[in-house]
Amino acid sequence: MPKLIKGVGCPYCGSSCDDIEVLVSDDETRILEVHNACIIGTNLFHHANDPTRPRLPRQRQPDGSVKEIPYEEAIDYFAKTLLAAKKPLIYGFGSTNCEGMSAVGRIAEKAGAVLDNCATICHGPSFLAMFDNGYPSCTLGEAKNRADVVVFWGCNPMHAHPRHTSRYSIFPRGYFTQKGQMQRTVLCVDPRETDTAKLADHHLMLDQSHDYELFDAFRTVLRGFDIPEVVAGIPREKIKEAAEIMKKAKFCMIFFGMGCTHTDGRNHNIDAAISLTRDLNEHTKCSIMAMRGHYNIAGPGQVWSWQFGFPYCIDLTKGSHAHMNPGETSSIDLAMRDEVDCFVNVGTDAGAHFPIQAVQHLKKHPWITVDPNFCMASEIADLHIPVRIAGVDEPGVVYRMDNVPIQFRAVIKGLPGVPSDEELFDMVYERMCELTNTAPIWLAAKEDRKYPQNPAVI
Amino acid sequence: MAEIIVKGGFIIDPTRKIDGDVGDVAIKDGKIVDKVSSSAKVIDAKGKVVMAGGVDVHSHVAGPKVNVGRLFRPEDKLLSGFCRSGMAQKNGYRMESGFSVPSTFKTGYDYARMGYGFVMEAAMPPIHSPHVHEEIHDTPIIDEAALPVFGNNWFVMDYLKKGEVENTGAYIAWLLKATKGFGIKVVNPGGTAAWGWGLNCLTLDDPVPYFEVTPREIITGLMQANEYLGLPHSMHVHQNDLGNPGNYQLTLDSLKLTETVKPKNKFGREQVMHSTHLQFHSYGGTGWGDFESKAKEVMDYVNKNKAITVDTGNVTLDETTTMTADGPFEHHLNGLNHLKWCNVDVEMETAAGVVPYVYDPNIKVCDIQWAIGLELALYAKDMNRIFITTDHPNAGPFTRYPRVIKWLMSRKAREDLLSSFKHKDKVIAATTLHQLERELTLFEIAQMTRSGPAKCLGMSNIYGGLAPGMSADVAVIDLNYKNMPGDPEQIEKAFQRAACFIKSGEVVVKDGEVVSNGHKKTVWVNVKMPENPQVTRDITQSFTKDYTVDIINYQVRDYLAPHPYVIDVDVEA
Amino acid sequence: MATVTLKPTKVPELMFEGYSITPDAFAGKTAAQIAALPGHEGKIQVTIGDFFEVSGNGGETAADTDIVIAGDCSRVKYIGSKMTAGTVTVNGNADMYVGGWMKGGKIHIKGNMDSFCGIQMQGGELICDGDAKNHVGCAYRGDWRGMKGGTIRIKGSAGNDIGTFMLGGTIIIEKDAFIHVSTHAEGGTVIIKGDVEGRVGGQMVKGDMYVLGKIKFMMPGFQKVDTVEKEVDGVTMKLDHYIGDLGERHGKSKGQVVYANLYLKAAA
Repeated sequence: MPKLIKGVGCPYCGSSCDDIEVLVSDDETRILEVHNACIIGTNLFHHANDPTRPRLPRQRQPDGSVKEIPYEEAIDYFAKTLLAAKKPLIYGFGSTNCEGMSAVGRIAEKAGAVLDNCATICHGPSFLAMFDNGYPSCTLGEAKNRADVVVFWGCNPMHAHPRHTSRYSIFPRGYFTQKGQMQRTVLCVDPRETDTAKLADHHLMLDQSHDYELFDAFRTVLRGFDIPEVVAGIPREKIKEAAEIMKKAKFCMIFFGMGCTHTDGRNHNIDAAISLTRDLNEHTKCSIMAMRGHYNIAGPGQVWSWQFGFPYCIDLTKGSHAHMNPGETSSIDLAMRDEVDCFVNVGTDAGAHFPIQAVQHLKKHPWITVDPNFCMASEIADLHIPVRIAGVDEPGVVYRMDNVPIQFRAVIKGLPGVPSDEELFDMVYERMCELTNTAPIWLAAKEDRKYPQNPAVI
Repeated sequence: MAEIIVKGGFIIDPTRKIDGDVGDVAIKDGKIVDKVSSSAKVIDAKGKVVMAGGVDVHSHVAGPKVNVGRLFRPEDKLLSGFCRSGMAQKNGYRMESGFSVPSTFKTGYDYARMGYGFVMEAAMPPIHSPHVHEEIHDTPIIDEAALPVFGNNWFVMDYLKKGEVENTGAYIAWLLKATKGFGIKVVNPGGTAAWGWGLNCLTLDDPVPYFEVTPREIITGLMQANEYLGLPHSMHVHQNDLGNPGNYQLTLDSLKLTETVKPKNKFGREQVMHSTHLQFHSYGGTGWGDFESKAKEVMDYVNKNKAITVDTGNVTLDETTTMTADGPFEHHLNGLNHLKWCNVDVEMETAAGVVPYVYDPNIKVCDIQWAIGLELALYAKDMNRIFITTDHPNAGPFTRYPRVIKWLMSRKAREDLLSSFKHKDKVIAATTLHQLERELTLFEIAQMTRSGPAKCLGMSNIYGGLAPGMSADVAVIDLNYKNMPGDPEQIEKAFQRAACFIKSGEVVVKDGEVVSNGHKKTVWVNVKMPENPQVTRDITQSFTKDYTVDIINYQVRDYLAPHPYVIDVDVEA
Repeated sequence: MATVTLKPTKVPELMFEGYSITPDAFAGKTAAQIAALPGHEGKIQVTIGDFFEVSGNGGETAADTDIVIAGDCSRVKYIGSKMTAGTVTVNGNADMYVGGWMKGGKIHIKGNMDSFCGIQMQGGELICDGDAKNHVGCAYRGDWRGMKGGTIRIKGSAGNDIGTFMLGGTIIIEKDAFIHVSTHAEGGTVIIKGDVEGRVGGQMVKGDMYVLGKIKFMMPGFQKVDTVEKEVDGVTMKLDHYIGDLGERHGKSKGQVVYANLYLKAAA
């Protein structure tokens, strides 16, 4: 009998929907049907059925070919490579669970590595803005239950976060928003006419890379001063009208995306958005939230903040303390400046996402990819180690875009012999300790801790 | 586990009224015992003070807002880190970071270095409880528990509006189990819920928008629900109108609400309300200009009423990070100091704010706050009902407890600091500290940091004393009871770095340095009571309609708290 | 006065973190002792001598010590960081953090500098004959206490984030700058003699800015109030005076709101 599993978390976007229903085969090895998820989420579950998924580590040979090797050998190579490097860079974690992120912290510390995550090419500028100006935010339920004005600034959830609008932001009927969309005024600020913009009540089509000026115009208007006739391509009257809508809201919710974080000024755009949010709180209630990309990309920011005090770009090379300064310790800068001599890509695809010059620099040195699937980063790597898929055949904690922890479950059994990220990193750590003749530090964890699921037999 | 004997120290154990008698403490299998065999490992405590492990009743050490504090303050790590040389790789323990909001590793190690064995995380937003437990898991050595916040919870407000104490109790029982929580925390009752709409409740009778319930009803109702369930700890409250001049009157009014509630529990607890960080609630004046201490007025009442315990919340005059579930307060504070502001409103449950704050000794108000915290302790009559805290990190980091102890034990130390203030005369005029000659004894310090908080938490059979059967948390402090140092700095130094700390029968600190990562436990309270169908239905319905997470993914799974110590509470039907 | 000369002998494979290259660290040391001072290349602890040939002993104090680096330091970070006195001269380029947290003395870079030069500087003088990258005289991430004093003079151009969270001191860029000048500043003076792309004085609370070229995109929160005659870096000229950022909070002095000032060279 196939089994229907309810309340399953989706391993796709930062909405981290946990209302998915998955029908699995009787022996819990195959996914048969996926309900409630968006098309991308549905496909991610079905990917797990792919019979060609790698089951063994694959190492590049001197002649350029790739050969499958046992996990022991891969772990040994991983450990030795990290120990030999002067400054390894461990990057990724868009698609892993927090258990894996925690385990890699131990390795990075031992290896004297730089630890970074996908935020560095995504919402890193949002972190920089938080450092400088704070982050008046809320959980998504607040938007659902209270928000009557919703602003989408430089983001397009209709495509990037397909169920965001129906679960949290535009359509849901919440406690104080019983009429759903009827009760909400939607503003979209975007240089393009996106599908989200089409859905909005007001679309402010600004000139690209002039978000900062537009935020300043809103703030200036809110303080009762006049502004130039046109700012960032938007007429003064339109700006005043939008400012008035936000000011008169009972609860104004601003969502922003990469349109803010990756145009000129980057963190300063978010910084100004935060200042605007703060100003609006003098008039009404206003919150702001980053539209984080992956289902657990908020996770490393949380785990590493409590372990090292920084969310990303963490330079642990000094052994005694962590150092962070994006612009210096950020992955792309390190790669472009030729400042690292080993690269570990975990649960993401630096091969596809990094600038080609950065990849060229990194390729001069050992490159290890840890990922359940084949991707560009696995195909150019010196070693590709497959792992289980967090949220599909491996459970664990993930942090939604609003930093709410959600305990994801596994819906099917993992491939025999394939470890989770956490198990793999723990084994690498143990090997590093053996090689350096030191005792591993598990805190109180290892001896009693039950892994979310019984570890695969290796 | 090996046997240990701590030999020849001056034992201070208020639970057994032992004050400086020279003796031994025997330890076996993680517990204190009457005697051990001759093969026991000997710790020489001769000429040193031996106390139970410290118990912290209120500290923000794990969870979402603490982590926001870490995340958004890289500069809190700047001085300790940037391009520092002398880079010895420390083997055997994890990297440490942060000053006002230390990393989890540093939190565990620093508490252990000070001889603390148990710490209560003071505010857990229920929906974030898996996060809190993940952090607790990564905090070495110390035992921890966490108090979920209830004072602005929609279920609680809804039940209490209708006067339904039993339903409130049933909901509390469910939530404690779901979050693996310890007891009932209340932060700015009603005010934080009002903050959902950008408002606040600044008196006991301000109704919460929409819910139409008042802070007075919430406080009283939750005290009643607490005693109905018979939880180990009492209701633990951060009152309304924190941090504002003239708030002491509201504080007194809230404290008086205890007069109608009687304690009922099997844990030896006598209070029905723990009023936390009282320093922030003992302010006179009508504004910052005539801001003054009302510590005496507040303590006069506390001294009379055995149904109340308090902790101090001492301002330590450091640059720190304020963080509280009192969302409207942080917004207000941000308007005063214009530094960065984080806010997290949590659906259905609570809110939180985080703002850096510099308690500058050159600012009169900060100095008065410093004095008030000390006055509270110096006016106290029963030292088993007042505990040392800094409301870490709000009034200062917990690593300053030794400094607070120094100020309390040495009039010279406080006077030296007082006379160094730029606005010394104004501070003296607005406070009474200058007139107070009292110097606390080591016995009184042990009451405030060991036996008192343990009893207040309903765990006096485990923590806070050295009687056989108790958890073997034993701190050896390098102070000679018979010959206390003339230099108060030595007191601070001795409490900062324990000569030896044994946690659960294992030596974890030696000569002030961490030598083991210990075996920590997570303490939580499991209330067993018959199912309440209405409450079950209400919870199910709310998760279907209002929450954005599924109930099945909300409840903390066992593997996230892998070293549980569960206290069972039975409630009769 | 004693001069210590460092001659580069090897280009570091990664970056050399030369946090010991300061008059303070060199003072009272012989050439051999200086060569043994620590630095880092990644996680490896190295010495100054691994990358430089050291000649000359340090002076008695930092103030008596002049450091001359006879060559390129494109891959050396932290030159002159935290120094309090003395001089450092680099006959070539320098990498990040030149003069970071410096309190006194003088640094002269004859080539270009990378980012974060003069970060949270408190005093002293930093002169660069070439260009500087980003974050000239800025604050460390998250700190609201940026540059407090001293002078930075860049004879070439600079990138973005000049004087972020600045509280005092002077930054002079003799050519062009990209975006974000004096963002969040609450004091200090920034002079840009060339053109700026935009975002001059955004979220600025207090302080002065002078732009002698053109600003391509003005902040909407700045308004022109009058035209004044003022001296800028030794030259008196006519300037259009703007106040702002009107979207930001501002303090009061003697009952009057104090705005930040932008002086833009008036049309001739």
